[in-house]
Amino acid sequence: MDIDLITNILFAMVRTGTPLLLVALGELVCEKSGVLNLGQEGMMLMGAMAGFGVAFTTGNLWFGVAAGIFVGMLMSLLFGFLALNLNANQVASGLALTIFGAGLSAFMGSGFVGKPLSGMEAWVIPVLSDLPLIGKALFAQDPLVYLSFILFGAVFLVIYHSRPGLILKAVGESPESAVAVGLSVMRVRYLAVLFGGAMAGLAGAYLSLAYTPLWSDNMTAGRGWIALALVVFASWRVGRVLLGAYLFGAASIMHLVMQGLGVSVSSNLLATLPYLATILVLVLLSSNQARIKLFAPMSLGKPFHKTQ
Amino acid sequence: MTNRFTPAALLRATASLLLAAALSGPALAAEKLKVGFVYVGPVGDAGWTFEHDEGRKEMEAALGGQVETSYVESVSEGADSQRVIRQLAQSHDLVFTTSFGYMNPTLKVAQSFPKVAFMHATGYKRAKNVGTYSARFYEGRYLTGVIAGHMTKSNVIGYVAAFPIPEVVQGINAFTLGLRSVNPKAEVKVVWVNTWYDPAKEREAAEALIAQGADIINQHTDSPAPVQAAEEKGVYAFGYDSDMTAFGPRAHLTGSVVHWGGFYTQTAKAVLDGSWKADDTWGGIAADMVKMAPYNSAIPKAVVEQVEGIKASIVDGSFHPFQGPIKDQQGKVVVPEGTTMSDGEILSFNWYVEGVQGELPK
Repeated sequence: MDIDLITNILFAMVRTGTPLLLVALGELVCEKSGVLNLGQEGMMLMGAMAGFGVAFTTGNLWFGVAAGIFVGMLMSLLFGFLALNLNANQVASGLALTIFGAGLSAFMGSGFVGKPLSGMEAWVIPVLSDLPLIGKALFAQDPLVYLSFILFGAVFLVIYHSRPGLILKAVGESPESAVAVGLSVMRVRYLAVLFGGAMAGLAGAYLSLAYTPLWSDNMTAGRGWIALALVVFASWRVGRVLLGAYLFGAASIMHLVMQGLGVSVSSNLLATLPYLATILVLVLLSSNQARIKLFAPMSLGKPFHKTQ
Repeated sequence: MTNRFTPAALLRATASLLLAAALSGPALAAEKLKVGFVYVGPVGDAGWTFEHDEGRKEMEAALGGQVETSYVESVSEGADSQRVIRQLAQSHDLVFTTSFGYMNPTLKVAQSFPKVAFMHATGYKRAKNVGTYSARFYEGRYLTGVIAGHMTKSNVIGYVAAFPIPEVVQGINAFTLGLRSVNPKAEVKVVWVNTWYDPAKEREAAEALIAQGADIINQHTDSPAPVQAAEEKGVYAFGYDSDMTAFGPRAHLTGSVVHWGGFYTQTAKAVLDGSWKADDTWGGIAADMVKMAPYNSAIPKAVVEQVEGIKASIVDGSFHPFQGPIKDQQGKVVVPEGTTMSDGEILSFNWYVEGVQGELPK
């Protein structure tokens, strides 16, 4: 492989990993608060549809991005009402949200299928983008990729180096203790759920505005589900989410690149690489059962009654 | 006249129709021919279902007051489809089911409605009142190959392909034969994405091919993402199924476009005059079932003329894209000079012709 090819693979890896990184960061924060939201795919689809629809109608891509985020938050609000106010089963509510989002986005977006939109242009940063190997991957991307870097940094700082981060983790580990020290579990969880929705909506908008500027039913093609696996893969650590997202990105790129190079490995087998990677990591992690238990927020998925 | 049917509306319409039939008796029998369509996707503005709907509209326009059509869109290929087909059959004289997965449901429903004519797209099972139809896309693919042969500078053409099934291999081979008929040095690189529809993956595949030297991208997947990628990277592309010019005005050279309108009109006419038979139609350019999308002005006039010439010889039958000599990848002549592959052989392609790189996944 020559250096140009590797540069291009790294570039594509970051782009392919970006939607996964965005959703997975949102889900990570949500899960840190103890709420398991399986509705990522549905929120992403709604974000993609709303983002495209608004950008197409107004002619402004940034209005589209804002709309994607807003709709993602609206969807997560619905989940929050079911799971937090009504204490409904979180797994069931999340699954319902995904099915609802897939159907509603197909219905509302039917008028936008097949419409062309000139997508988001890359912001090429001079000098830095000429760095060998990594220059193109890190400094010649579209603005939403840079935004994903910033969001990654922000989530990292908040979770590991701030008081709100401590509160978030406290609520996720032991809501009872959090209440005892005067924290509002409901408020923290709602904020975390809303953040998750905003990130999923943004990831959807990234797909329909920057990555492949078009709208069509189910265009996320299961990326919301991969992101859920990614959070487990990362064992609830922010840094590993980034690593995992790009690893997934690379695995799905390699399957295409290798075929182009004429490497005669079954393309079906290569297509399973990202999933094989997940299974492998899960196996490695679970070789020590205690470790998984240690990393998952203790109250994950459990409804919390304040009256307890 | 068009009715857009949701399942509920369909029920209402069926009920009112039955009522009307009961009230007016046989007087209604001589009325308009009622034609129903079952679509697998939303009509939208591009792609497979869109083209079927264009065909429906064309038939309505051509037959004016003689037909009345309705359609049900986004019918999944499972149990739902049988219910929808049954409901349509109750109130229609002719029903088109437009996806491969409707094959068995169509046959089942047809048994209970012997007086209704059914036409199933892209299937292979027929019955007394169930005919089949499909298009010879490969004829259009051959022509895009000829254009690619003239337009490529790197002599590498990238091909984004869905699944290694005969239909797709057929297209790759036809394209490659067209390509090498004018440019024997050019080669085709195929990347399998293992999906009919995943815009992000199709785009990555196109970009991987461009990064590896392809200066023209062809596709056998359903989204316009490969055309978009080509537009952005400054290379050429061919769309598929419907005209994808809008997604890459500079990149989009042309494409093999399917066209059902003429066939739908003929079929409805045949049912009207009683000559309809449940047989198989596999029509190409001559039958007006395959067309070319508008040619990009970047294609030199002489090339367009040559392509139109080959098109004419396909129409008059003097030329067939799969006529010998055809060599396989090892250079062995598989189809000798003077013979043409049979439809059965074309429909069961499981080998690459000379000029395709890599191995066909088994």
